[in-house]
Amino acid sequence: MRVLTLDVNGDRLETAAPDHWTLLEVLRYKLGLTGSKQGCDKGDCGACTVLVDGKPVLACLTLAAEAVGSKVTTIEGLRPAHLEGGGTGVDPVQDAFDRCGALQCGFCQPGMMLTARALLNENPNPDRTEIQKALSGNLCRCTGYTQILEAVETAIAESTESEPPRPAWTQDHPHVREDAL
Amino acid sequence: MLRLPKFRLEEPTTVEGATALMAEHGEDAMVVAGGTDLWPNMKHGLFEPKVVVSLKRVEAMRGITVDEDGSLRIGATTTLAEMAQSAPVQASAPALAQAASLVAGPQLRTMGTAGGNVMLDTRCQWYNQTHFWRKSLGYCLKKDGTVCHVVAGGRKCVAAASNDTAPTLMSLGATLAFASADGIREVPVGELWKADGIWNKKAERSEILTEIRVPKQAAGHRGAYGKLRDRGSIDYPLFGCAVRMDLGEDGAVAGADLVCVALVARPLRIKRVEELLVGKTPGTEAFDSAVQEVADLAYAQAKPMDNIPGDAEYRRELVPVYVRRTLQAAARGEGPVHHV
Repeated sequence: MRVLTLDVNGDRLETAAPDHWTLLEVLRYKLGLTGSKQGCDKGDCGACTVLVDGKPVLACLTLAAEAVGSKVTTIEGLRPAHLEGGGTGVDPVQDAFDRCGALQCGFCQPGMMLTARALLNENPNPDRTEIQKALSGNLCRCTGYTQILEAVETAIAESTESEPPRPAWTQDHPHVREDAL
Repeated sequence: MLRLPKFRLEEPTTVEGATALMAEHGEDAMVVAGGTDLWPNMKHGLFEPKVVVSLKRVEAMRGITVDEDGSLRIGATTTLAEMAQSAPVQASAPALAQAASLVAGPQLRTMGTAGGNVMLDTRCQWYNQTHFWRKSLGYCLKKDGTVCHVVAGGRKCVAAASNDTAPTLMSLGATLAFASADGIREVPVGELWKADGIWNKKAERSEILTEIRVPKQAAGHRGAYGKLRDRGSIDYPLFGCAVRMDLGEDGAVAGADLVCVALVARPLRIKRVEELLVGKTPGTEAFDSAVQEVADLAYAQAKPMDNIPGDAEYRRELVPVYVRRTLQAAARGEGPVHHV
């Protein structure tokens, strides 16, 4: 057992955990931040993705002790960071995921949104291939990838004030009424 | 939920501190850098060290420098993402940057390290499983058991070397620096391996890989890496091949090397590649037919087994396809080669 002082979502949090506890376990079971999901627990699925010093990493394969001294951002910290940066409402990525229906069961969503946020912080206007590459470490077991990609593109469209993408489900369906969109 | 077994974590800040800890704890200790290989293995009950020595806070082991003679020095805890995106690596050892860019997925490349990929444990579909799974099967040669499920009656473990960067470093003639309490020793990466899936390296587990040195390549150096995998991300290789192709001033091949991985316990250098390719100029029919001969040679020498996922026959049929495409990509100065 050791005392850990962690910087999580801008808060300085003190807790104690054994050496072999992962960052994910400490976030979920010591700090009560259950937004980061425990999926495969062995580095395949990306559901536990958090940002460490701004970069997406897997909390299930990071020891809590190794995160001491780094800035950790979980899904719970996305909106506060957005507000602190002068924004209103939720982070545009969260808003776009909501409006595009970019979730089915929702389990992959926190990791997806954090990876997308890190991508947009680094490259504000990525193309579809760059988005796919950046999100390629996050699996959606419901296979709802199309809406996820559209959500990221919608967030980009809003920040660049360009036309948001037309949802894929309306394409090749000439009978969809315009007012249904 | 997969939990790590109990251990004590040590976080030295110098190489000397790390080697002293390894000497002090002997076989009870293991080193970890990125943790993307060791932690899943420990969660599966494959290793149970009492002490884990983390190299993350050893600043001296991180970063890429270019020496005056043009050779690269890659610190062992440099991440795979840093190596893949490094301009000097892309310029002077393109196949290495390509191989690093294809390891696993983005998060794992941000965590996993250059040294860790070289020191990766061998992999087998009968081994990289939970304790419950392995126990139900009666264990295997590599861990806790006495039988091999890949080779009936096999007495030697054939778990596969699955590191994408290892064959690339072999083709580039890289050297590894290992630190221990006795000092530092250098090992050419081609001489590191032995044909034993349980531990496929001629280095003690207590030795710490600190640096990878890639010598300056020939003026007309070209390189490419090809990786067969199920998905376009996250997966270990089902087959990997690294190509070095040095073109002379006349544009013809002056030197070449081909090393494959994800076959047996050690990366496999395909023999007679150089003599087939030397003197042939890319873009000519003679070159194309030499490339086909090399692909046939690889088909004969590389025999995928049922040690890693993916049908062995399928993998074997794709060996010449990947070898041919990777050789042609190297000749054009392109790559990496992957169909997903």
